[in-house]
Amino acid sequence: MPFDVVAQQPKLLYLLQGVAAFAAVVSLLLLALHRGRVRRRAAALLLLAPALLLLTVGLLLPGLRTLGLSFTGTGGDTWAGFDNYVWMVTDPGALVALRNTLAWVVLVPLLAASVGLLYAAAVVRSRLRVFALSLVLMPMAISFVGAGVVWKFVYAYRPAEAAQIGLLNQLAVAFGGEPRQWLVDSPWNILFLIVVMVWTQAGFAAVLLAGAISAVPGELTEAALLDGASRRQIFWRITMPSIRPTLLVVVLVQAIGTFKAFDIVKTMTGGQFGTGVIAHEMYDQAFRYGETGRGAALAVLLFVLVTPLVAHQLRARRRAA
Amino acid sequence: MRFGARLALAVIALAALATACGVPQGSGAQPHTAVDCGSYARYGKHPGTKVTVYAENRDREADLFEETWADFAHCTGIDVQYEGDGEFEAQIQLRVDGGSAPDVAFFPQPGLLERFARAGKLKPASAGVVALAKQGWSADWNSYATIDGTLYGTPLVANVKSFVWYSPRFFRDRGLSVPRTWSELMAVTEKVAASGVKPWCAGIESAEATGWPVTDWIEDVLLRQQGTDVYDRWTAHEIPFNDPRVIKAMDTVGSILKNDRYANGGFGPARSMASISFQEAGTPVLSGDCAMHRQASFYADMWPQGTEIGPDKDVYAFLLPGADPARRPVLGGGVFTAVFADRPEVRAYQEYLASADFANARMKKGPFVSANKGVDPANAATPVDRLSIQLLQDSRTQFRFDGSDLMPASVGAGTFWKGSVDWIGGAGTRQVADSVERSWPSR
Amino acid sequence: MNGVREQLASRTFASIAMVIGVLWTTPTLGLLISSFRPEQEIKTTGWWTVFGTPHLTLDNYGEVLSGGGNGAGRLAEHFVNSVVITLPSVLFPLVLAFFAAYALAWIEFRGRDALVVGIFALQVVPLQMALVPLLKLFSQGWLFLPAWNPTGPARFGQFWFAHTVFALPFAVFLLHHFLAGLPRALIEAARVDGASHGTLLLRIVLPLARPALSSLAVIQFIWVWNDLVVALTLSGGTAETAPMTVRLASLAGTYGNEWQRLTAGAFVAAFVPLLVFFSLRRYFARGLLAGSVKG
Repeated sequence: MPFDVVAQQPKLLYLLQGVAAFAAVVSLLLLALHRGRVRRRAAALLLLAPALLLLTVGLLLPGLRTLGLSFTGTGGDTWAGFDNYVWMVTDPGALVALRNTLAWVVLVPLLAASVGLLYAAAVVRSRLRVFALSLVLMPMAISFVGAGVVWKFVYAYRPAEAAQIGLLNQLAVAFGGEPRQWLVDSPWNILFLIVVMVWTQAGFAAVLLAGAISAVPGELTEAALLDGASRRQIFWRITMPSIRPTLLVVVLVQAIGTFKAFDIVKTMTGGQFGTGVIAHEMYDQAFRYGETGRGAALAVLLFVLVTPLVAHQLRARRRAA
Repeated sequence: MRFGARLALAVIALAALATACGVPQGSGAQPHTAVDCGSYARYGKHPGTKVTVYAENRDREADLFEETWADFAHCTGIDVQYEGDGEFEAQIQLRVDGGSAPDVAFFPQPGLLERFARAGKLKPASAGVVALAKQGWSADWNSYATIDGTLYGTPLVANVKSFVWYSPRFFRDRGLSVPRTWSELMAVTEKVAASGVKPWCAGIESAEATGWPVTDWIEDVLLRQQGTDVYDRWTAHEIPFNDPRVIKAMDTVGSILKNDRYANGGFGPARSMASISFQEAGTPVLSGDCAMHRQASFYADMWPQGTEIGPDKDVYAFLLPGADPARRPVLGGGVFTAVFADRPEVRAYQEYLASADFANARMKKGPFVSANKGVDPANAATPVDRLSIQLLQDSRTQFRFDGSDLMPASVGAGTFWKGSVDWIGGAGTRQVADSVERSWPSR
Repeated sequence: MNGVREQLASRTFASIAMVIGVLWTTPTLGLLISSFRPEQEIKTTGWWTVFGTPHLTLDNYGEVLSGGGNGAGRLAEHFVNSVVITLPSVLFPLVLAFFAAYALAWIEFRGRDALVVGIFALQVVPLQMALVPLLKLFSQGWLFLPAWNPTGPARFGQFWFAHTVFALPFAVFLLHHFLAGLPRALIEAARVDGASHGTLLLRIVLPLARPALSSLAVIQFIWVWNDLVVALTLSGGTAETAPMTVRLASLAGTYGNEWQRLTAGAFVAAFVPLLVFFSLRRYFARGLLAGSVKG
């Protein structure tokens, strides 16, 4: 069946229709906003309503439903009390996932922000900085399936006597070592998975931080240089304090992303070899094993773990305001 | 005001655009060469209807399925919309929960089918399917899709897992003959090991399913050591997972798979199998770096391109022997059809899949094994497929389904797999068996 | 003395940048090279051996593009689906989030802060958990909302809805962050002149927010284009609505033994995001840079 352009027309037409309909609604909204003296409260409501409606239907209610489900047994129709929560803190697999998640959440933002900061500081004054930043941002454009294959060519194991197909083992052999099963040997395998996550995230951090660094007023650093301050002193005394808010945002966004990340574990190890994380365990329990209640309880746990981060971010912002 | 007027105009124009252009319906009709519809008359005519099918078979296998039922679809007028998805096991739960279940699903595990049957989501098989099931399959096979006395579907695909792949030339060059008993198997193993070649190669990496080849090994050996009765009680959890007889079977497997002298040929120490994908684990058989690779009939597809299969070709397979050559327990797996909808066209489609006609037609198109008694082994695409069909049709064969597919998914596709991986990694038999037993859901 | 140290420091910086740059691109380079190698070589030798014995082929791309027995052109069809899914899924949340962010940043009303927290916190609801209720909504309706289970191209509407919902929390968060940092004086002045919120929004804030909007658009584009979870759930897998990612995910075959195809597949899938990314990288980088000026 050759590609038939005509057969694709309904799709493109529907695309046009959809965009037109959306534009009509938006214009209507703006028209209402423009007409006459709209009260402050009404204006806010008008602007917020579409987003709030969608969020309520698409995220808030599902969130509440999940909370409810976490108190039900298999199949989601029997009351199970706190059984699922008890399971969560006693099951060895769930505990491993919890431990790993904490390691991820500490290490990923830390490493991604550090690498990003180093890189940003190094390239920010370069003429090639947009190109340089693009290089580290590239992993973002590659899908998780792609990233899985990319790292397969880094971590792959072959016996010592055969040709290596994994870069890391090739290096190990070249330096006289034995090939290792990077993704199998616990607990270091967790680190090797974290490296993949950092690889996808550091570019984002670098771009944000490069922006913050270039926004530090030039007079400040020049004055410090005249006073005989070293680069290092300038970095720690002047640059760091002024980019602190951005750094916080970066760390926070990464931490939240890390809590939810399950694709890397799924594509690289499938949670085997003691590498499970909560988000992945949740998916397994709720869908692969049909243990909806347990999956929901893990989702609630995720929510509880992230809330302090959100609260902290807000407090920091209010202080800044 | 100018601004407002422009906005108003835009609203009208856009609204007009959004409603005015109706979407022309593309015709899905495909040119079809003349087909003899006589044999499909019994399924009736269902013009303009649609059946959605959801399964995990994709790519080439999906194409072969679709080609096979193309005539059926043409003659009955049913538009069969097939979707193959590697995430089937998880997605089917999500879709059923979300109220958008497919009309037909192909379940690769009876345990999964049972979950949806018990939840009242599946529709029992029609009288027509029940009749075809009785006629086409043994009571054992039908029991896997029967929950509380109700049949829900028929086996669609079968595979034989108890095969040991080997290189006939390697055996011939070393004067080895195909073992017929367990002790002969161990003698061959020892002889090869003494010659400096690790006799067994294995790979258990399979993404989320990593570990399943080990569970197959354990089940196969348990079946041979203790017989079908103990095996059935074990998979049904009537005897505990860590029963001493199971421990014994595990230790027997461990004496091969966890033994650095016997495994992992071509890949290094025994525990290297955790990093080796099951798809590539058999390749050392071809290079003579290992003598035997225990893997299912579907491994035929995984040999490098150009590898010939046959008793005097590059590779062939024998049945994993037991203590007694006369008794032939066979471990296997299969895929079952089941329906979430009760419409006549869905019924007709399920009946067609349950017929021997379908299995024979599918076999003519490429590698495929069916346990249907009505299939002709001559239609098999490969010698191993033929061997599998003969085994499945042989009344002396004691067929048993892969136990991990029968257990609750949280064990069979969860802790059992994970435990096997730990076990290969060095954990003790007792410790692993105990932890799997503890994870068994109490409900 | 100072000058020497300066030079040393900048040299260290340059080498750090080099090292990170090389580390970050090597894995991708390995994949790129692998995608041009024959199946047997991919599975037996390292991609770096290609420099010694170059043996390249387009087979993998051939299989991906016309692949696996399916008639040629399937991928083109999935490509169209990806486009139809992605464009509105970028536009809709961007516009709605912009409105919401404007209201949250520049209109004073009670409960504003709580709303910001609430929307931000919704980021935490795991996608997978939200999908089941969303599917239920589509298939059965809810309260006053009717069921919405269209066939044909109208199914794309479900994608747009889902992607819009899932994008909103982050988009509102980022834009609010940006808009709240705009100079207050500018907006106050316009308001004193009697400009309505509509005018203010379109004439003053929108041009200023363009960099933030464009970088957000790039992020959202890449996210939607690469999405597999939502696509698997909503598309029904048929060529009618399934995007490229669904098709590519099935390329490895039922038993995953054809994974060498994924090398080429990953690049075919990443081609458009990379194109968007590199052609818009100036806006993207600038947008994020601008967004971060104010913490």
